[in-house]
Amino acid sequence: MMIGQSVSELHERLVRKDVSSVELTKAYIDRIHSVDPTLKAYLTVIEDQAISQAAEVDRKIANNDGLSALEGIPMALKDNLCTEGIRTSCASKMLENFIPPYNATVTDRLRGAGTILLGKVNMDEFAMGSSTENSYFGKTRNPWDLGRVPGGSSGGAAVAVAADEAAFALGSDTGGSVRQPAAFCGVVGLKPTYGAVSRYGLIAFASSLDQIGPLTKTVRDNALVLNAIAGYDPRDSTSVAYDKPDYTKFLVNDIKGLKIGIPREYYGAGIDPDVAKGIQTGIQTLIDLGAEVSECSLPHTEYAIPAYYLIATAEASSNLARYDGVRYGLRAEAEDVLGMFKKTRAEGFGQEVKRRIMLGTYALSSGYYDAYYLKAQKVRTLIKQDFDKAFETFDVLLSPTAPTTAFKFGEKSADPLTMYLSDITTVPINLAGIPAISVPAGFVKGMPIGMQLMGKAFDEGTLYRVAYTFEQNTQYHTLKPSLSGEVLASVSR
Amino acid sequence: MTISREDVEYVAALARLELTEPEINEYTEQLNSILGYAAMLERLDTDNVVPTAHAVPLHNVMRGDQVGISLNHEKALKNAPDGEEGFFRVPRISLT
Amino acid sequence: MSVADKYEMVCGLEVHVELQTKTKIFCGCTTEFGGDQNTHVCPVCLGMPGALPVLNREVVNYAIKAGLALESEIAEFSKFDRKNYFYPDLSKNYQTSQFDLPICIGGRLEIEVDGEKKWIGITRAHMEEDAGKLVHSGETISTSNESSVDYNRAGVPLLEIVSEPDLSSIPEVLAYLEKLVQILEYIEVSDCRLEQGSIRFDVNVSLRPLGTETLGTRTETKNLNSYSSVRRCMEFEIARQARKLKAGEKVVQETRTWDEGQGITLSLRSKEEAHDYRYFPEPDLPPLVIDREWMERIRKTLPELPTVRRARLQALGLPAYDAAVITQAREMADFFDEALTYYGDAKTLANWVMGDVTRLLNTNQCSVLNSPISAKQLAELLELINKGTLSGKIAKSVLEEMYSTSKDASAIVKEKGLAQISDEGALHGIIDTVISANPQSVEDYKAGKDKAIGFLVGQIMKATRGQANPGLVNQLLKEKLA
Repeated sequence: MMIGQSVSELHERLVRKDVSSVELTKAYIDRIHSVDPTLKAYLTVIEDQAISQAAEVDRKIANNDGLSALEGIPMALKDNLCTEGIRTSCASKMLENFIPPYNATVTDRLRGAGTILLGKVNMDEFAMGSSTENSYFGKTRNPWDLGRVPGGSSGGAAVAVAADEAAFALGSDTGGSVRQPAAFCGVVGLKPTYGAVSRYGLIAFASSLDQIGPLTKTVRDNALVLNAIAGYDPRDSTSVAYDKPDYTKFLVNDIKGLKIGIPREYYGAGIDPDVAKGIQTGIQTLIDLGAEVSECSLPHTEYAIPAYYLIATAEASSNLARYDGVRYGLRAEAEDVLGMFKKTRAEGFGQEVKRRIMLGTYALSSGYYDAYYLKAQKVRTLIKQDFDKAFETFDVLLSPTAPTTAFKFGEKSADPLTMYLSDITTVPINLAGIPAISVPAGFVKGMPIGMQLMGKAFDEGTLYRVAYTFEQNTQYHTLKPSLSGEVLASVSR
Repeated sequence: MTISREDVEYVAALARLELTEPEINEYTEQLNSILGYAAMLERLDTDNVVPTAHAVPLHNVMRGDQVGISLNHEKALKNAPDGEEGFFRVPRISLT
Repeated sequence: MSVADKYEMVCGLEVHVELQTKTKIFCGCTTEFGGDQNTHVCPVCLGMPGALPVLNREVVNYAIKAGLALESEIAEFSKFDRKNYFYPDLSKNYQTSQFDLPICIGGRLEIEVDGEKKWIGITRAHMEEDAGKLVHSGETISTSNESSVDYNRAGVPLLEIVSEPDLSSIPEVLAYLEKLVQILEYIEVSDCRLEQGSIRFDVNVSLRPLGTETLGTRTETKNLNSYSSVRRCMEFEIARQARKLKAGEKVVQETRTWDEGQGITLSLRSKEEAHDYRYFPEPDLPPLVIDREWMERIRKTLPELPTVRRARLQALGLPAYDAAVITQAREMADFFDEALTYYGDAKTLANWVMGDVTRLLNTNQCSVLNSPISAKQLAELLELINKGTLSGKIAKSVLEEMYSTSKDASAIVKEKGLAQISDEGALHGIIDTVISANPQSVEDYKAGKDKAIGFLVGQIMKATRGQANPGLVNQLLKEKLA
C-alpha cells in the first residue's frame, strides 16, 4: 500500500518511478472516499485540480527534471488558510461561501514546492476550541476511538495525517491548536517560533499568538515541510528575516550532553497520572540516550491561562469585527445597517466564537483595559522572562503536550472554563512566542499521548534533534489506528 | 467584581451581537466565572513590568512607496452579499 | 454679535490631511483621486480575512517632515493602535491609528490676525488610515433607504493634527487653517486639495462667560471640508450654545455633524458609546523607532518655511506686502529666489515677478512651475534693461515674446534688431536732421516751452523706430539746443 508512508518514503518512490504522483494522489482520494464519511476530517476535497496538478509533476518526472523533497506529495490545509478560488470557511457559517481571491503565503510556498493540495480540513470555528466540536460543519472523529474528539482546533489536519488521508497537513496554533490534536491523534506537530512562518492569508484569531505549523507522520517530514514554509515574507510585518537553516541538518540520532528541563508547574492538578507516567517513561528514554535531565521551574505558569484568554479574546474581538455582511460572507436581512450588523453576527457566529468576542470586548472596554488587557500583557512579560531564565540553563524543556488523552465528545464542552484550563501546557509557549513540538510518546488505554519539547526562539533545530533521536529509539510513531472497513461502516450508520 | 446583565448587554451592543434572552443569561454567568478566575492576576505585582504586545521584538518594518497590484471589480466584489454596479450596498444607515 | 458681550469662545481643531504618497498607508493600492469605484482596492484595504498591513515608509517620512515644520518633538518610540468601531465605510471595523504614543508630540504655529501675532499650540499629530466613501441613494444619509460603499479611499494615509484650545475667534481659526495649509503645501507633504477631500476639519467649540478660566462643555463637529463651512458651522454652534447657556440650559458634550444644505449642526451620537473605542496596540504592526539620524535626514529635506522666508525677503529691502505675496506659495518664492541669484535688485525683480510675469501666467492659467520663462531668463532680461540695451517698455514686449517662444531675451533682441541705439555717432546725424526739419519747435523750446522737447524726442524715436536710447537722446538734444 502506497499511502500511509512518510513524505520522505513517498519521495523516494516517486524518484524511483515506483509510483506516479497521479497514482499517489488518486490513492489518497480513494482513501478519503473510504474513511472520511466516518471521520469527517475534510470540509472540501478538490479531486480534479489535485489530479491535474499531479499530472504536471509526473511530466517533470518523465523529463527527469529532478524532484524536490515535497514535489508530487498530496497534502491538506486547515480551512483557515486562504486558497485562491477554493472555499476557505474557517468552519464558520459566516464564511460558508467565502472564496478568497488570493492565496496565503504558505499556500503559495507549498504550491511552489510542488505539493498537491487535496482539500481543506475541519477545525473549531475560527480556530477557537480544543476539540473541533465547534465546527459549524460538524465534528471530526478521532481515528483511534471514534467516540472521542481529535483535539483542536486543527482536528481535521491531525486526523487527515493520522488516518492516511494526506501525507501531511498544515494547521495553525494560537494556544496549542497544532500540538494538542497532534498528541491526541498520535502524529508530530510543530508550533514554530512566532515570526518564522508568514501569517499572510491565515485568517486571524489572535494576531500576536497565531502561528502556522506542520502536522506530519515523522520528525523528518516535519523538518521538510518547515523548510518549505518558513522564512521571511514582506507581506507579514511580524515575519522575521532570520537566517533560515536547512532543518533536516538537525536530524541526528544523538542527544548526548543535551540539557533538558522538566518544568514542575506543568504537572499540576488536572494531569492524568497515566499520562504523567507515560511521559516519565519518555524522559527515561532520553536519559538513557545521554541527555542531562533535571527539574526546573516556570513560576508564572498558572497565570498563563487567564493572561492567554484575555489577550487572545481581545485581539479576536477586533479581528472578527470585519465579519459584518458588507464585503463578503453571510448577510442577514434587516431594515438598517445596525440591525444588519447585529443579525448577521448573531447568525453567522457559533456560541464559542460569540462567547470569546464578548469576553474580549469586555476586556478592552472603557474602564477595564488596565485591569484586564494591560495586566495580561504584563503577565505575558513575566511568562516570557520565566522561559528566558530557564533557557539560560537548559537547551529544551519537556512536558506532556496535554494533561489527558483525547476526551469523549461532549465531555468538556459544557463548561468553557474547564475546557480553557486543559490548555495549561500549551498556551504559555504562544505567549512567549517560542517554538514547541509534540511527538508521539506512547499510549494510555489505547489512546496516543504526546510529549512536548519547547525550545529557544528560532531554535527549532534543537527541537528536531531531540524529537528525531526520541523517535529513532521508540516505535510509537509506527503504530496506526486500525480502521477496518467494517468498523467504519458500522459507526457511520 | 461582578458582571451584570446590563454590562453584558452593553458589551453585546459594542460588539454588534444580537443576543437572545437565554444567551444574555448564559454569557452573564460564564463571563463572571471566567473573569472571576482571571482575578488571580491581581495577586501579581506588575507595577514595574513592561507590557508585551509583540512576541518577537521587531521595529521599523516598512515597505517602499511602490504601486502594487489591485483587484479588479469582479474579484473585489465576488464575495459581496449585495454588490451592484461596482459598489458594496448596505441598507439604510441610521445615525444612532 | 451680541454673544461676544457675555461669552467668549474657545476652539480647538483636528485637521486630517491626506499625505501625498503614491500608495496607501498599508498596501500598494494607488492613492490617485477618482477612478471607478472599488478599483483601487486589494485584500488588505478591503479588510479581507487573512490580509495583513505593511507600513508605507514614505508616510512616516512625511509625518516626520510635518512634525519638524510644526516644531513638534518627533517621538523616538511610537506605535500603531486599533480604534474599534463599526461603520460600513470602515472595511475592518477598526481604524489603524495611533493612540497614546503618536509620532509627533507638541508643536506650535504662528498666526496673524489684524496685524496681531499669536502662537497656537499643537498638541500632537499622528498617522492613520482613511475610511471608504459612502454614497447615499437619497438626498441625505438619514433619508436614504440604502447606501453604496466605495473603498478606493480606504487606507489612504492621513496625518491628524490636533491643536490646543488656543483659538478664540473665527478669524483666528481661519488664519490657523490657512497657515497650516500653507506650511503643508510648502513642505510638500500634502497637496491640500479641499475639493477632493484631501483635507478635512473637526471643530471643537465651547463657550465660557467672559473673564472666566474654566473651559465650558464642548461639542465636536466632524468632517467639515471647506473654510466656509468651518466659518458657518462655528457661527451656528456659537449662537446655539449661547442660546442654551442664556436660557440656563446645559450644553451636551457630543459629536455633531454639519448639514451644509440647512446650515445647521445636528447631534450625531452620544459621547458615552462613541468614546468606547477599545484602543489596543496593533498586533500586526511592530512599533517605530525613529533615531536622530533618520530625523536629521528628513530635516535636510525641509525647505525654508514661509515665515522665515518672508523675513529674509523683507531684510533684502522688499516691502512687507511684496514679501508676503511672493512667499504665499512655495513655487513662486522658489522662482523668485532663483532669479535673485542672477539678478541682485530684489525690488525691481519683485515688481516684474508680481506684475508682468504673474499677469502672463494668470492669463494663460499656467503654474509658475511650468513657466515658459525660466528664472534665469527673466534675470537676463532685467540685466538688459540695466545695461541700457532695452527700454522698460520694449522689455515688456520682449517678455511676451519670451513667454510664447521660450527664447532668451538676448536672442529675441538680436533677431528683431531691438537693441537701443546708444552709439552717439549714429545719433548725432539723426538729431541734426530732426532739428533742422522742425525750426518752430526749436524756437518754442528756446522760448521756454519745455513741452517742445518732448515733441522733438518723439520725432527722433520715430526716426529710429523706437530703438534710440531715450536717455541719451534727451541728453544729446539738450546739449545741441543749449
